[in-house]
Amino acid sequence: MRELHTRLKQLFPLGELTEQRPDLAFVTVPAAFLRPTLLHLRDREGFTHLVLLTAVDWLEEGQFQLTYLLTNRHAATTLGLRVMLPREDARMESIHEVWPTAATYQRELREMFGIDFPGSPRLHEEFILEGWNDIPPYRRDFDTLKYARESYNERPGRETHDPATHMKQKLYPGGA
Amino acid sequence: MKEELLKRVVKGPDGVEFEVEPLRDYYCEAPPAVHPPVYAKIVEDLFNWARSQSIWILGFGTGCGAIEMRPLMTPRFDAYRYGIQWRPTPRQANLLVISGYLSVKTLKRAIRAYEQMQNPKYVVGLGSCTINGGMYWDSYNTIKRLDDYLPVDLYITGCMPRPEALLAGFEDLKKLIRAGKAEGANQYAENFDWYKTNQKRVIHDWDMPDYNW
Amino acid sequence: MNYTPDRSQYPSKKADGTLDIDLTSGKYLKLWQGPNHPGITGNMSVELTVCGDEVVEGKTHVGYLHRGFEKLMERRTFIQCFPIVCRICVPEPDFNEYCYAAAVEDLAGVKSPERADWMRALILEMGRINSYLMYLGGQAGALGLGVVGQWTTYVRDLMLDRFEEMTGARIYHMFILPGGVRDGLPEGFDKRMEETLREIESTMKDVHDVMFRNAVFKKRTVGQGVIDPAWLDQYGITGPNARAAGVPKDVRRDHPYLVYDQLDFEPVIGHDSDIYTRSDVRRRDLLMSVDLIRQILAKMPRSGPLMAEMPSMLHWKIPRGETYVRGECSRGEYGYYLVTDGSGYPRRVNVRGPSYTHAMTLLERMIVNINISDVAALMVSLHTYPPEIER
Repeated sequence: MRELHTRLKQLFPLGELTEQRPDLAFVTVPAAFLRPTLLHLRDREGFTHLVLLTAVDWLEEGQFQLTYLLTNRHAATTLGLRVMLPREDARMESIHEVWPTAATYQRELREMFGIDFPGSPRLHEEFILEGWNDIPPYRRDFDTLKYARESYNERPGRETHDPATHMKQKLYPGGA
Repeated sequence: MKEELLKRVVKGPDGVEFEVEPLRDYYCEAPPAVHPPVYAKIVEDLFNWARSQSIWILGFGTGCGAIEMRPLMTPRFDAYRYGIQWRPTPRQANLLVISGYLSVKTLKRAIRAYEQMQNPKYVVGLGSCTINGGMYWDSYNTIKRLDDYLPVDLYITGCMPRPEALLAGFEDLKKLIRAGKAEGANQYAENFDWYKTNQKRVIHDWDMPDYNW
Repeated sequence: MNYTPDRSQYPSKKADGTLDIDLTSGKYLKLWQGPNHPGITGNMSVELTVCGDEVVEGKTHVGYLHRGFEKLMERRTFIQCFPIVCRICVPEPDFNEYCYAAAVEDLAGVKSPERADWMRALILEMGRINSYLMYLGGQAGALGLGVVGQWTTYVRDLMLDRFEEMTGARIYHMFILPGGVRDGLPEGFDKRMEETLREIESTMKDVHDVMFRNAVFKKRTVGQGVIDPAWLDQYGITGPNARAAGVPKDVRRDHPYLVYDQLDFEPVIGHDSDIYTRSDVRRRDLLMSVDLIRQILAKMPRSGPLMAEMPSMLHWKIPRGETYVRGECSRGEYGYYLVTDGSGYPRRVNVRGPSYTHAMTLLERMIVNINISDVAALMVSLHTYPPEIER
């Protein structure tokens, strides 16, 4: 992993390597260098399998993190490329020509996070939701409980306990 | 609204052009009517007995509970011995089993399937998620109370209900039918506007007529 | 045999690669297969455009089972997530439990005890057998061989009984949790398991005779729905779909997890990559799982802890980090991508279900120029389960 990172670093301005396990590491890539890095990894380094493409919403930092997870089956190593995007008007280059299967992931990200991938096929068709009229649901500022309470009637009689306070009351009834 | 549902001019194979308005032309818009019991109680009882002995379930697996339907069709639990069988199309079925959570997208299809079924018809809600949301009580995409949208005759609890529970539930449904208490379809016709208001509140892109059968 | 259909009426391609389909011309018909249709795998649908009886374009529509798990888990603590993850995939729920538990353990720095690892491997293999049994019934049923489904569902029920005595539940076991497993094996489990395995083996002999040596089944599946090995990387194909194309892609062998490095097995591969080979690879894989269960029961330690030392679940916070954990489920590579931010809740969970790629881009590509009556067989042969696509 370290060797691979040193090799890649000579070609692309990569960030520091985060080694989670001996066979799994993550590295940050500037958005403009993502495509050449992916192509290099796919064609020269044997990372031919795109495992997944997903996003993480870092609301407090005002950023979306896109994660491209690639696997080299013969070396049994997995490398995650992180791309940080500004949350406002997020858009990213589409990679559906590199991996046709990425088109589905990009459709989902467009619908669930509102990240735009110009040029990706069938991007604006509804994928999972139908007739959605709120902000994209996987964003952190979307409150699913509030939305559910407003949209659907609840049947009376349902009780919800916060586990921490509930256990405290049960274990220390006096309130110690 | 989808492109194929818009009003358009179609040229037939014989060259004649004619106008098609799918929402009006392809569906019957007449609202459902209440079916009153027949004049004599003894005849109605006979009808109800006959209805209770042939429960034909629409094979529409709307959620995870559908996986326990398969063992019911096979020799070990064998629901067929109780006169229960599965049909592929709503036209041949008289029991709609909502097998678990209903996402809004499936709710639309379930309503259409229900309205296409012929009277007498019944609805069974299966699993705790049809009763009060169950595991998905805070989910933005599943309905919490099935009886807001469809007239439910019976709920079977569990997450998910075992095949034995399903068999017991179907037996209970038979008792309800025989007692003349499974009047869901009539309720639906009586409170048609209320059901439609509820349905349209959660289904945002309503692209079908109010009643389609 | 060499029937070549007349494709002169078929739509031409537009400049952007999409087909130029004029539905008002009367040459084409749009058909929806699903969501309420016997020839569909679960609650999904395929929008087919047909010319004659051949499909010219197919689009997969999913989302009928979307519950928003990835959102729901963000507002549940790590231990509250564990009972809901299994509900992501119904026919084989244990992989969700394992991948979630392993991802949490990886980030929290917990190591599950050895005996728990053996128990996990056992339950995963049992789940794999269940899933394959359902698949074989479905594949035969898609071609009109209903009896195979009756047999396989019956032996699957026997396996569910073993699950029940082990975990207390038939479908959703909620057995594997972060740190270990809930319980050990009940008394006399090995003997009853052996009886069940024998029953499965004898049923598989019958299935082989009735299904794989059936002339109709052969005629309709051999050479049909071929996956080109070159597509494997393009479309992210994993599991039996890849192994039937002759590539021994098996997470159990490539990235050994749990105790698979101590078990003796070789990935099952096929060569023709058609529907018949894919069914056959799954049948042989099932028999391999039977063998693996015997190996696990023979080798597993019978005493020792089942849970690691865990911090208090109520105040459990996991430092910021991200990880990906994978396992080989019956359909291919199942994985969880988990991100934590130092709080008591996951920041983001992403589930990588193998059907995600198989049912969407791959199916849409393969479905073109297939006869309508073969669409169901093709779709089942990719072994897709919609709930893991949309979660």
